[in-house]
Amino acid sequence: MWTWFHQLASPPTFYRFADVLAPWLFGLAVLLIGVGVYGGLFLAPADYQQGDAFRIIYIHVPAAALSLSIYTLMAVAGGVALIWRMKLAEVAVVAAAPVGASFTALALVTGMLWGKPTWGAYWVWDARLTSELVLLFLYAGVIGLNQAYSDPRAGARACAWLALVGVINVPIVHFSVTWWNSLHQGASILSVEGIRNPKISGDMLWPLLVSLGGFYLFFGAVWLRRMQNEVLWRERNARWAQQMVAA
Amino acid sequence: MTKRQKRMVAVGALVLGVGLAAALGFTAFRKNMMYFYTPSDLLTGKLAAGAALQLGGLVEKGSLKRGEGLAIEFVMSDCHNAVPVHYEGVLPDLFREGQGVIATGHMDAQNVFVASTILAKHDENYMPPNVAKAVGEVDGKHSCAPFKSVTTASSN
Repeated sequence: MWTWFHQLASPPTFYRFADVLAPWLFGLAVLLIGVGVYGGLFLAPADYQQGDAFRIIYIHVPAAALSLSIYTLMAVAGGVALIWRMKLAEVAVVAAAPVGASFTALALVTGMLWGKPTWGAYWVWDARLTSELVLLFLYAGVIGLNQAYSDPRAGARACAWLALVGVINVPIVHFSVTWWNSLHQGASILSVEGIRNPKISGDMLWPLLVSLGGFYLFFGAVWLRRMQNEVLWRERNARWAQQMVAA
Repeated sequence: MTKRQKRMVAVGALVLGVGLAAALGFTAFRKNMMYFYTPSDLLTGKLAAGAALQLGGLVEKGSLKRGEGLAIEFVMSDCHNAVPVHYEGVLPDLFREGQGVIATGHMDAQNVFVASTILAKHDENYMPPNVAKAVGEVDGKHSCAPFKSVTTASSN
């Protein structure tokens, strides 16, 4: 088991492994997102209060969930990169940041489009919206910091520190609606009560869960591909990388 | 201690340190993180009289009165205290009796909260209309839990 992990951490093995895995993740992601979005837009009933406006959750909730998950993942990979000096973990941090930033931006934009008709405002400075915006800035900081170094290893390690400092914002975003008064509503699924008894009816919930699964797989596929690119760039002088490109 | 263990300690100390700093900071600034006050906060008298603020609560059932044009009056409640609100302007689609709302404005000399904007605060319940009907009144589904008092130390 451990030897398998060590082998996987070697760039050429990882590259080939990702080559096999990524298309499967991508195909499955397209299938699940398709089913989830179709179910959400056509099969799920309209909400008793919001009517059809609620259907944005089939995009908004997965995007927001990923924005938090990806940052947490970056912090974990960052810790591994700093403590064990593992190259692949460095690659994992820098490859995940732009994807995380995109999902954060998507969550913010879809939330604003929903907020105007539902709340009556595109934007308010409540704790949830503000902390999610801070998350976008943290992602931007990681991306910028990485670009600022000419040595990719030094850049990745700086990014790892920033990911570790910024990860405190993840529980703040999640619990902002519980700890403080906010305009944004509380959690329907991921709360102590919600896990046992989701506050969203079953025929609306299943497309959301399918869509969530699809988004996570999609991230997995994109992340692997970005990591492959980063590995190939870093190892561009190595014989295996040149053979891979020539082939 | 090996170099690796030192790095482990450094990473652990950083995460714990930032976590502790955030916990202390946000506990101290709890008030400033609140997007709105509740009617209870307003009536304790701890807030400056006539100050502009945001007030959140439920539109009390049976309290909504429509005046001339766009003028409305209703009572906003947090289940402990209630404040009469006067507003003239466009309302969000979700505005109705029993709904959570957030009003920006100030308390006037007659102890009526004069609002300049009203936002609807949606709750975390999603269901089709027939289920909502079966569950009972729309009012029954709304709770005062999202409206936490700011001036009392910790009431949820």
